[in-house]
Amino acid sequence: MGSTNSTLSKIPNVEELMRETGFSPAHIVRLYDRFESLDKEKTGHLRPEDFGAINRQDTVDFHSFVRILAHFRPAENNRPRDPSLPEPVNSRISKLKFAFQLYDLDKDGKISRAELLQVLRSMMEMQVTEEQLESIADRTIQEADLDRDDAISFEEFRKSLEKVNIDHKMSIRFLR
Amino acid sequence: MSGLWHGKILMLMVVLTVSRHSLAFQARNANPSNQPGTNASTGNGTENTITTLPIVTWKWHHTEGPYLVALWVLVSWICKLVFQLNPALTNVFPESGLLICIGWVLGGIIYGADKVQTFRLQPFTFFYYLLPPIVLDAGYSMPNKQFMGNLGAILVHAVIGTVWNAASLGLGLWGCWLGGAMGHLNTGLLQLLLFGSLIAAVDPVAVIAVFEEVHVNEVLYIIVFGESLLNDGVTVVLFNVFDAFVSLGGPAINAVEIIKGIISFFVVAFGGSLVGIAFGILISLLTRLTKKTPTIEPGFIFVFGYLSYLTAEFLSLSAILSCTFCGVFCQKYVNTNMSEKSVNTVRTTMKVFANGSETVIFVFLGISAIDPSIWVWNTGFILLTLLFIFVFRFMGVFVLTWILNQYRLVPLGLIEQLVMGYGGLRGAVAYGLVFLLDENKYKEKNLMISTTLLVVYFTVMLQGITMKPLVNWLKVKRATTDEAMLAEKIMNRTFDHMLVAIEDISGQIGHNYLWDKWHNFEEKWLFRILMNPTARKSRDYIFNIFHQLNLKDAMSYVQEGERRGSLAFVRNDSKADVDFNKQFDTDFTDMPDIMGPDHIPVPFVRDSVPSVSLNMHEQDQKMRESEDFNAHHLLQQHLYKGRKQRHTYSRKQPVVNRDEDEVQEIFQRTMRSRLESFKSAKMGVAQPKKITKHSKKDQTEKMSNGKPADDSKIHSYGDEDFEFSEGDSAGDAAGGSFPMAAYKGGAGIVNPAYMAEMDSNEPINVAPSQRAQLRLPWTPTNLRRLAPLRLSTHSNDSFLLADSPVVKPTGKNQTANIRHPAHAF
Repeated sequence: MGSTNSTLSKIPNVEELMRETGFSPAHIVRLYDRFESLDKEKTGHLRPEDFGAINRQDTVDFHSFVRILAHFRPAENNRPRDPSLPEPVNSRISKLKFAFQLYDLDKDGKISRAELLQVLRSMMEMQVTEEQLESIADRTIQEADLDRDDAISFEEFRKSLEKVNIDHKMSIRFLR
Repeated sequence: MSGLWHGKILMLMVVLTVSRHSLAFQARNANPSNQPGTNASTGNGTENTITTLPIVTWKWHHTEGPYLVALWVLVSWICKLVFQLNPALTNVFPESGLLICIGWVLGGIIYGADKVQTFRLQPFTFFYYLLPPIVLDAGYSMPNKQFMGNLGAILVHAVIGTVWNAASLGLGLWGCWLGGAMGHLNTGLLQLLLFGSLIAAVDPVAVIAVFEEVHVNEVLYIIVFGESLLNDGVTVVLFNVFDAFVSLGGPAINAVEIIKGIISFFVVAFGGSLVGIAFGILISLLTRLTKKTPTIEPGFIFVFGYLSYLTAEFLSLSAILSCTFCGVFCQKYVNTNMSEKSVNTVRTTMKVFANGSETVIFVFLGISAIDPSIWVWNTGFILLTLLFIFVFRFMGVFVLTWILNQYRLVPLGLIEQLVMGYGGLRGAVAYGLVFLLDENKYKEKNLMISTTLLVVYFTVMLQGITMKPLVNWLKVKRATTDEAMLAEKIMNRTFDHMLVAIEDISGQIGHNYLWDKWHNFEEKWLFRILMNPTARKSRDYIFNIFHQLNLKDAMSYVQEGERRGSLAFVRNDSKADVDFNKQFDTDFTDMPDIMGPDHIPVPFVRDSVPSVSLNMHEQDQKMRESEDFNAHHLLQQHLYKGRKQRHTYSRKQPVVNRDEDEVQEIFQRTMRSRLESFKSAKMGVAQPKKITKHSKKDQTEKMSNGKPADDSKIHSYGDEDFEFSEGDSAGDAAGGSFPMAAYKGGAGIVNPAYMAEMDSNEPINVAPSQRAQLRLPWTPTNLRRLAPLRLSTHSNDSFLLADSPVVKPTGKNQTANIRHPAHAF
């Protein structure tokens, strides 16, 4: 515990971080260790080269790191939510928003056909022709697009995933 | 219905009186009925010297064996038929319970006729003929993703839970026996442990039968069901171990024997699974080669499945495990290797066998009870067994689940645990095992038989009846039988990838990491070895789903057309030749071959796919229009069913089809919107002046939303299809053929008027996959609700030009345009 405390004190604004994300101190310490091991050059930031991931910003510092991972905490649905508090980061809505942002590359609040195509392209495991991709994208949009604007807004996104158990799909156990 | 009954009974009596002459009461193998005794013969004349030529002889004892088998199967199935006629009954009672009741009735009749129970469920028949189809079906239609996902929970319950049940039951009974609660019994600790082990196991047949009708959510079902299958490994081991111990006698049991027992568990369980997987690999490899023998192809699955069962049995490993894993392993590869027809055949036939088997089992469970010779009543023993079964089951479930929840992502709630505990049904496997006991070693065999029967009846009937109300009362989460939409499936996949990434980042080896690793291994090795090259190309998950959706679309449209008469109905006065047949036979037989995405559908183009130009009647259009706007709200409830997702938990119906109307709406909309864009291009041909302008305008509208396809693209794959566009008004029509960029030599019926109509309403541009267009099933006989299908190739145009597509559109702006074609040609 002593080491935990000392590590905690190294992290700036750790109280606020904990409150915002809902992680316990032990978790924060664990994530910090992981962060440090990823951050090979000890710059205090993670660049895309560090883990080969694509980030919206060019670098990610520890706070963002934790915040992003916080989305994947399993949601606690038995805790009665205080409506005055801001939406917890790992609630269903936040997870959905996070996923939505993955698709919505230009951040205009809608997933256009082009953006969907890009995601599909990266996900297709085998060689699919471009027009087939387009067909799939078109059909997906058609299924989900309720207001016929040829793009998927967050609401439509949410509705189309109503039946999916987001908690299950977007949670990592150890982060509980 | 009563007439049916009387007829059956009459026939039965006839058979029985006839057979009584030649029957000796003797337990025989290989038939659910007894073989005739050898002493009597019924007037068959073969032994006696004949004095004159017999015109007809009575060959009863030649045919007796097979005849009785077939008869009994028929009788069981007719019983099922009989009470299915009364839906009120089946809502309350589980089918299995009713079958047992009918079995009682039949048993009573036979007993009354023969004064001795001539028919009963023989263990050999049960274990070698009746059980394998059920297990094979269970494995083959197992939802793999959920099975593997919950494998930890399943194994824990199957192994530890069963051992706990067996031990606690045996020891409990022993304790009570020592305490004198059962009176005088000639038994011992080992025998009671044996009894505990055979009755402790949750039975797959019973679980299927009861849960079938209740439809709890998938996780719950898979845990109970998986447990019922995998605990066979434990049951077999325990049974054999204790049986051997009983033979050895108490004093001979020392640590060595016990250790051997534990080792044998691992050997049996893993050995059985390995045998199953080996056979699964064999099947997969074999189906790679069966392209040329599509008729026998399905048969291989059955033979191999059965062989896996028998091989494991032969090696004294766990046969159920072997069969299950064979099915689980091979389903993915086999389903992709075989043609769609074969896959359907296999699935359907398996269901027939499995369901039929189950029916026969339950009927005979009932019949076998009506036999006073086996009944021994010992209140203490029986009641205590029932009590212990319940209590210890719940205890086990609660404790184990509490442990599991520490490690599970989605913990199992109390309600689920209750259902799991309550769902621990015992069934025919226990009965079969108890009959295998040697009565010399087990003096109380009859007591055990009686108890087992009572336990089975209790669980199947009482728990079966109360399961549904219990599930409703506890508000257990039910199964979502809705098929996921394409969007959902894509999102699911995205999430999986995302989770793998996050797990990797956070440095955890989690569930998804393992899944990813397995996936990579599978892609690298297994797919290459076990799957057809052509099949492999079509393996992509999302693409398959898309393909299935398109197929379904097409089928619906064709069906719709049939409902209204025929495809030709829609054309008004013009009489073009509609050449459905020419299209069709090439279509279907080639289906599996054109799976690869890089296969250009040249054959279709060359076969000069005929085209039909359909002009919708005005009123139809109007009606569909209004339906369409209503369909807006129904969008969420899409029920697209990909083939893979037809999770056949349901033994009774291979396809759970719901809400046809909604499906129709969506398809309508989909196809309509697809058609409109295509139509505009077509109109570009017919009406160079007006339509193209309009369509061009529309195109620009549409283009503003999505990314417009490159013009270059249009020409690159528009070529074989849209020569007309180049011919006629090249510039204009080219723009108009933009929406067809994604279409590729498919089949569809153009409905110029219709599309022109809808153009202004729906600027949505959806392109069906080229595959869907290739595959439009064209049987004119099964068209139900037609929305215009798109047929294209060069011949298309000749037809279009040749015919006079007279259309009566509704209002809007196309009226003038549409009327022109009549004059143009």
